[in-house]
Amino acid sequence: MKNLWKKSIERYGYPKVYITIFLILLLIIAVIQKQSIPDLLIDSLIRIGMNSILVLAMVPGIVSGTGLNFALSIGILCGILAGCIAIEMRLVGLTAFLVAVLINIPLAVVAGYLYGLLLNRVKGDEMTVGTYMGFSMVSLMSIGWLVLPFKNPDMVWAIGGRGLRVTITLVDKYDKVLDHLIKFKVFDRNLPIGTLIFFGICCLLMWLFLRSKTGAAMIAAGDNQKFAEASGINVNKQRMIGVIISMILGGIGIIVYAQSYGFFQLYQGPLMMPFVAISAILIGGATAKKASIGNVISGVILFQALLTISLPVINKMMPEGNLSEVIRIIVSNGVILYALTKMGGNE
Amino acid sequence: MEAKNVIELKNIEKEYFGNKVLKGVNMTVKEGEIHALVGENGAGKSTLMNIIFGMPVIHSTGGYSGEIIFNSEAVEIKTPKDAMDLGIGMVHQEFMLLPGFTITENIKLNREITKHNPVSRFLGPALKSLDVSAMRKDAQDALKKLGMNVDDWLPIAGLPVGYMQFVEIAREIDKKNIKLLVFDEPTAVLAESEADKLLDAMKKLADRGIAILFITHRLDEVLKIADNITVLRDGEQVGQIKNEDATITNIAQMMVGRKVERIERNTRTSEEKEEVIMSIRDLCVDMPGEMVHNVNLDIKRGEILGIGGLAGQGKIGIANGIMGLYSATGEVIMNGKKLKLNDPRESIENRLAFVSEDRRGVGLLLDNSIELNIVMTSMQIQSKFLKPFLGAKFLLMQDHKAIRAWAEKMIKELDIRCTGPTQYTRRLSGGNQQKVCIARALTLEPELLFVSEPTRGIDIGAKKLVLDLLVKLNQELGMTIVMTSSELGELRSICDRIAIVYNGKVQGVLSPKDSDVDFGLMMAGKYDLLSKEVM
Repeated sequence: MKNLWKKSIERYGYPKVYITIFLILLLIIAVIQKQSIPDLLIDSLIRIGMNSILVLAMVPGIVSGTGLNFALSIGILCGILAGCIAIEMRLVGLTAFLVAVLINIPLAVVAGYLYGLLLNRVKGDEMTVGTYMGFSMVSLMSIGWLVLPFKNPDMVWAIGGRGLRVTITLVDKYDKVLDHLIKFKVFDRNLPIGTLIFFGICCLLMWLFLRSKTGAAMIAAGDNQKFAEASGINVNKQRMIGVIISMILGGIGIIVYAQSYGFFQLYQGPLMMPFVAISAILIGGATAKKASIGNVISGVILFQALLTISLPVINKMMPEGNLSEVIRIIVSNGVILYALTKMGGNE
Repeated sequence: MEAKNVIELKNIEKEYFGNKVLKGVNMTVKEGEIHALVGENGAGKSTLMNIIFGMPVIHSTGGYSGEIIFNSEAVEIKTPKDAMDLGIGMVHQEFMLLPGFTITENIKLNREITKHNPVSRFLGPALKSLDVSAMRKDAQDALKKLGMNVDDWLPIAGLPVGYMQFVEIAREIDKKNIKLLVFDEPTAVLAESEADKLLDAMKKLADRGIAILFITHRLDEVLKIADNITVLRDGEQVGQIKNEDATITNIAQMMVGRKVERIERNTRTSEEKEEVIMSIRDLCVDMPGEMVHNVNLDIKRGEILGIGGLAGQGKIGIANGIMGLYSATGEVIMNGKKLKLNDPRESIENRLAFVSEDRRGVGLLLDNSIELNIVMTSMQIQSKFLKPFLGAKFLLMQDHKAIRAWAEKMIKELDIRCTGPTQYTRRLSGGNQQKVCIARALTLEPELLFVSEPTRGIDIGAKKLVLDLLVKLNQELGMTIVMTSSELGELRSICDRIAIVYNGKVQGVLSPKDSDVDFGLMMAGKYDLLSKEVM
């Protein structure tokens, strides 16, 4: 028994093992509380698909040596903007989704390039600078949402007709286009097969990219900058590529998130989103220096399943109005905090 | 009256992980004596100093054996604090000063003179105020003893380097009980005039009865001021002589002399070696700690050229400059073509390869597999080990089959001990890491291979393997090799010619069969002295 414990810690690291145990514990309580386990699992699956691409967006940043992308909110803003433009063009369905993804790319490339220029000047402090850069851009875009010339009455404030609303609903536009792309019902609930397949394709592309010549150069630049320079690799360029890909994926990630969730959340909505993605990949076993597709998949599954299952369980345990909400915030932020302490890996 | 022994070392031995670095050192230092300790890099000087000063590194690695007698009492010095309490002071090579504080504050740090004020009478001595005037007086006294005339209220930041050294000494002699002062290469960072002043100050201190232990590379300084000289070589005490009997020549010989085991190799006919593959003209390299000034050197095709010299003299900088890792000026002509400097890519494209002295810092991707380490540079610069993705020429993917096959071949040929080509290099031993670095360089199929400190930090068995490997490459593939090393014995065992670098310049080129005296003098920058004596 002791041996098994030691082995699993060695193989998977503390965070994964602890979170898995906690998750199993929650499931046992849920069974005792007579909750519907299939519902809990399907909810988890939906949330996993929803958040998956945002977590994947962390990989290129880490691999290229710029650390965890705390400024992912910049990419998210690009994605929201692209999503709104698609609505403004009065597109619906899968076309709207794909157009949003396409519009997102040039926006994210420009934003990523500018942000990359900044990062190459603050080597060593990327994560601190990134956090505040993300915060600043979210605030700046709060003004942007008000003044951008969007006209579609579904999005702008009903009174006055100027400025985008805080939440923009995607019903009748591209709500659940990926989730319901492939109809597959279990227990009368639709599984988000389309989203998961899309995530799988993105993972495959990332995996292939990391095995390309450029991917190898990026890995070298991220692992040892001096080594890369001595091998004639342009380190700044590799870091730039990493940041840009991260931002593009952040934008795609929020569009995927929104189609599953059913809404875009503007203004302060993107503020804390990078932290959720960062926690997921850290729990998956990544560090600020090293990440793999495996870390992404296991991380997003554990983290989102934990959040989804803990909520109804705690609700049942403490039905007294507000308290369950407080506990939920403590749990989710607690997991984020725990994940952040694991940033340096298992020493 | 015979002066009293201040410190006496008896049969001091020290091992680091089974590697003996001190093999029975005996020495005594008397009151008012200046005792010099000389030796090459790695001769054990610093270890001896660390023992005397009770540095934690000694005790965390198993302590030492032998006896230290201080003021005719056997003592055990476990911490630097013990040493200070006994009256041992140390002047470090790197300054241990707070740049934002004034000279006085630095001298008196943690030994401030305090006086009571109304608050401290109630709330305890921790809140006493500083007696600045008394402190300044003490500081000025200490500076005056050294013959220094400087305002003691100036901040350290902005002072010339020489002054900082003096402040450091002033701090030590301000301690009232100081009996023994250890100087660890104090003149290494000083200009000549500053060094002279420092030597004068040391003499003054000795006249006041303080015993001085002086570690240095500079032999002329030793002759100038030391009363007695102890020479260490490979942890052994090879000699102890009085100043009257010492000459630069016999010290140099003692420092270097060692049996040279030459790895037997077929010497080529001379005309084969006449062709110059690379000529270096006026090369200056701005590498901190290893500056190179106007180096001129010709490298002949098919030879193994050694570059030797003491640490900090610039030998390391030459290869780093040519490979574009540190900014360089001058002219390097490779195969009749001028090489663009400060561009690592250009150097590698011109079929140069480099095995860095900083293995873990520059040479390896520690968190990646052996195979990726071996092929990375070649893949990026020569586009080898790549294949197009689904037939698209611009999407180049790594060719895993080819990479694996090549890595396995290298692992077998160089005998890299590992669990397989996917093992992370962080987990390898030093010798095997070095082999991975060499494998990476070989993958570039270089015409000219620079190897810096190839045996630093690896065990003796692996050292021999690495050296044998270099000889093999040279003989079987005809590769020209330039090997930079601090270990002269190693250079003399495999090189055809050895260039000795001193003070950023090539002092001369010797044959490995030349005498120990020649090598010793050249490394100390005194070779011209010998030739004058001969004339």
